[in-house]
Amino acid sequence: MASVPVSKTSTAYRPRKPDWLTEILDWVMHPVELIVVPIQRRFGTQKMAWFFVLPNLIIFAIFIMLPMLLNLYYAFTGSTNLFPQDRPFVGTANFTQLLTCQNFLQPTTCQQDIFWRAVWNTGVYVVFEVSGIVIISLVTAVALNQRIRARGFFRSVFFYPVLLSPVVVALIWKWILQRDGLLNAIIVALGGQRVPFLLDAEWARFWVIMVSIWAQVGFYTLILLAGLQSIPTEYYEAAQIDGASNRNTFRYITLPLLMPTMLVVLVLSLIRAVQVFDQSFALTGGGPGTATTYIVQYIYNTGFTSPSRQAGLAAAASVVLAITLMILTLTQLRLGRKTEENT
Amino acid sequence: MRTVYNFLTQTRHKYGLSCSDLLTYIYLSLGTVVMAGPLIWLVLSSFKPQSQLVRFPPTLLPYKQETVIVTGYEQPLELFDVTFDDGTTHRLAQISRIGLEAQMVNPAAPDTILKINIKQRQPVEALSFGMDNYTRGVQAFDFWTYLRNTLIVTILATILTLLVNSMAAFGLSKYQFQGRNLIFIIIISTLMIPLSVILIPVFLVISQVGWTNNLLGVIVPAAATPTGVFLLRQYMLTIPDELLDSARIDGASEWRIYWQIVLPLAGPALAVLAIFSVMWRWNDFLWPLIVLSRNDLFTLQVGLNSFQGEFNTQWDLVLAMTVLTLLPVTVAFAFLQRYITTGIATTGMK
Repeated sequence: MASVPVSKTSTAYRPRKPDWLTEILDWVMHPVELIVVPIQRRFGTQKMAWFFVLPNLIIFAIFIMLPMLLNLYYAFTGSTNLFPQDRPFVGTANFTQLLTCQNFLQPTTCQQDIFWRAVWNTGVYVVFEVSGIVIISLVTAVALNQRIRARGFFRSVFFYPVLLSPVVVALIWKWILQRDGLLNAIIVALGGQRVPFLLDAEWARFWVIMVSIWAQVGFYTLILLAGLQSIPTEYYEAAQIDGASNRNTFRYITLPLLMPTMLVVLVLSLIRAVQVFDQSFALTGGGPGTATTYIVQYIYNTGFTSPSRQAGLAAAASVVLAITLMILTLTQLRLGRKTEENT
Repeated sequence: MRTVYNFLTQTRHKYGLSCSDLLTYIYLSLGTVVMAGPLIWLVLSSFKPQSQLVRFPPTLLPYKQETVIVTGYEQPLELFDVTFDDGTTHRLAQISRIGLEAQMVNPAAPDTILKINIKQRQPVEALSFGMDNYTRGVQAFDFWTYLRNTLIVTILATILTLLVNSMAAFGLSKYQFQGRNLIFIIIISTLMIPLSVILIPVFLVISQVGWTNNLLGVIVPAAATPTGVFLLRQYMLTIPDELLDSARIDGASEWRIYWQIVLPLAGPALAVLAIFSVMWRWNDFLWPLIVLSRNDLFTLQVGLNSFQGEFNTQWDLVLAMTVLTLLPVTVAFAFLQRYITTGIATTGMK
C-alpha cells in the first residue's frame, strides 16, 4: 500500500461540518461519556489508550489474526473435517501433494493438476493484465494532463468503471460478448463470422484480462495523473528555455520524476492481479474447462464447493499465495526505498 | 510512430491546436467509446422487451412492436407492414402464425382473414423505453429484500468502521504506551494479506461465533480495516497535542476530547474513509458469498450473481436489475466525485 500521507492543508484545523451532524454526534456520545468517565477515574488518563484501541484490536484479533493462525494449522493437518480438534497432524503432506509434479511446465503431470493449471493461468493473467494496465494508464494520464477541453469529463468517463462491483462489470461484458451480443453483431456487420468469445479457452482468457483492465485502468490513471501534476512546472519551463524537444522533455524529466508513482501503480496492480477472483468468477465461472481458473478460485473450489471439502489442501495453497504476496510487497518496499534514495 | 511519440511527449504548455492535440482528442474519444459504450449499451438494452433482446443483429435503441385492438379479438394484435405480390404495402394485424404462414387481418375490415408468407411482412415498431423489465425484475429478483440487506450492511458497517477505526487511530496517535508501535506494525502488516487467502478459517471462526447466515457476519469482521486505521492515524498525527492538553486542563474527559476535538478535526479523513467504506461494502462480493447462504439474506451483489443462471440467463430481468444496482453508485459519484478522486489520489488506495 502506498504510504502517501494525506496532505496537510491549512484547512485541516477548521472543521466545516453541518450542525445536525454535530448534534447527532453529541446526542450519541454524551451517554457514552457517563460510562467512560468512571473507567478513566479507575485506570488513569494514560491507560485510556487501551480503551480506545481495544474494540478495533478485538475485532482484528478474532477475525483476522486468529484465522491467519488457523490457516497455518489447517495447512499442516488433514481430513475433511472442519473443526481443528478433529484434524490429524499430517506434516507437510498437503504441500507435497500440492507441489508434486513430474514436469512443472505440464500441469497434467502434477498430482494436483488443477492447482498448477491455476498457477499458470494466474501467471499469464498477471503478465498481460499488469503490463496492459501500466501502459494504458500511463498513456491516458499523459493525455489527460494536456491542455485540452472537457478534461473533467474525460477523467470521469475513464474513472467511472472503477466504482462498479465485479459482478456488475462481469454482467455488462457477458451481455456484450455473448453469441448474439453487440460485439458479434459488429463483427458480422463487418463481414466476419460470429465468435463464441466466452466458450473458447483462448478468447475467454483474453477477455477476462481485457475486462479487468477496463474496470481498473481508471484507478491507476488517477494515481499517475496525481503524480504528473506533482512534477514542478519549473522543470518544464527550464527545459523550454534550454530548447529541449518534447521527446527529450518526456524522456529526461517526466519519466524519471514519474518513476516512483509508476512503481506504486506496478506493485498495486501486481498484488491485486495475483488475487484475481470475483470478476473472472462472475464472468466465466472459471471456464471453459479450467481455462480461467485462477489460484484464489482454486482455493475457493477446493475448500468450499468440491464435494469433499479439502480444507488442508486449500489452506496450503493459500499459504503459497500469501508467501507470494509477501514477497511482492517486500519488493515494493525495497524498490520504493531505492527510488527514494536515488531522487 | 513519430507522431505517437510526440503525442506522448507533449507537455501542458503549448497553445493552439497542434497535431498532437488532435491525437489526444482522438485517443480520448476512442477511450470514451470503449469505457462508456458498454454502460450505455447496458442501459439501452435494459429497456428492450425479451423479443428484442434475442434478435440478431440487435438494434441500437429499444423498440417495441406496435399492437392494435381489433374487434372480435380479445388480445391486442401485433402490427405488420405486408408487401403484396403486386408491390403495394398494407398495414395488417397478425392473428396467429403457423410455420411459414401467418394469418392476418386488416384492422379496418376484420372479417376477412388473409394467409401471408412470413417473408412478406415487416414488424411495425416504435421507439419505447418500457419499464416492463424493471417492474417484473423487481418482483422476480426480490430486489427490495436485497436492497434492504445491502443498505443495512453498508450503513451499519460504515458507522462501525468509522467509530472503531477512529478510536484506534486516536489511541495510537495521541498516547504514549508500551506496545503502541508493535500494535501498529501488526495492523499494518496485515494490509498485504487479503481476505481471499484466509477464506476457510474465517468461515470457521464466523460459524463458531454463530454468525453464518447473519448480516452481522458480514458487517463486523471487516470493520477493523488496517487501511482505515492507517489513514486516520496519519491524519490525527497532524493535530497538535497542545489542543488536547488545554482541553484536559479545562477538565474534559478523554472521551470528550475524542469526540468533541479530535473527531471534528479529523473530518476530511473521516469523509474519505466513509466514502471508501460505502464503496467497499456496496460492492463487496466474496465475503457475503461465504457468510450468507440463505436467499432472504443475500446482498445485491450476491443476489445478482445467483440471478444469472448457469445456462440460460434471463437477460431482460438481469439487465434491468444490473442498472438498478449501479444506480446508487452513479448518483454518489455524481455528487462526491471530487472527494472520491482526491481521496484515491492522495492515499493510493481503493
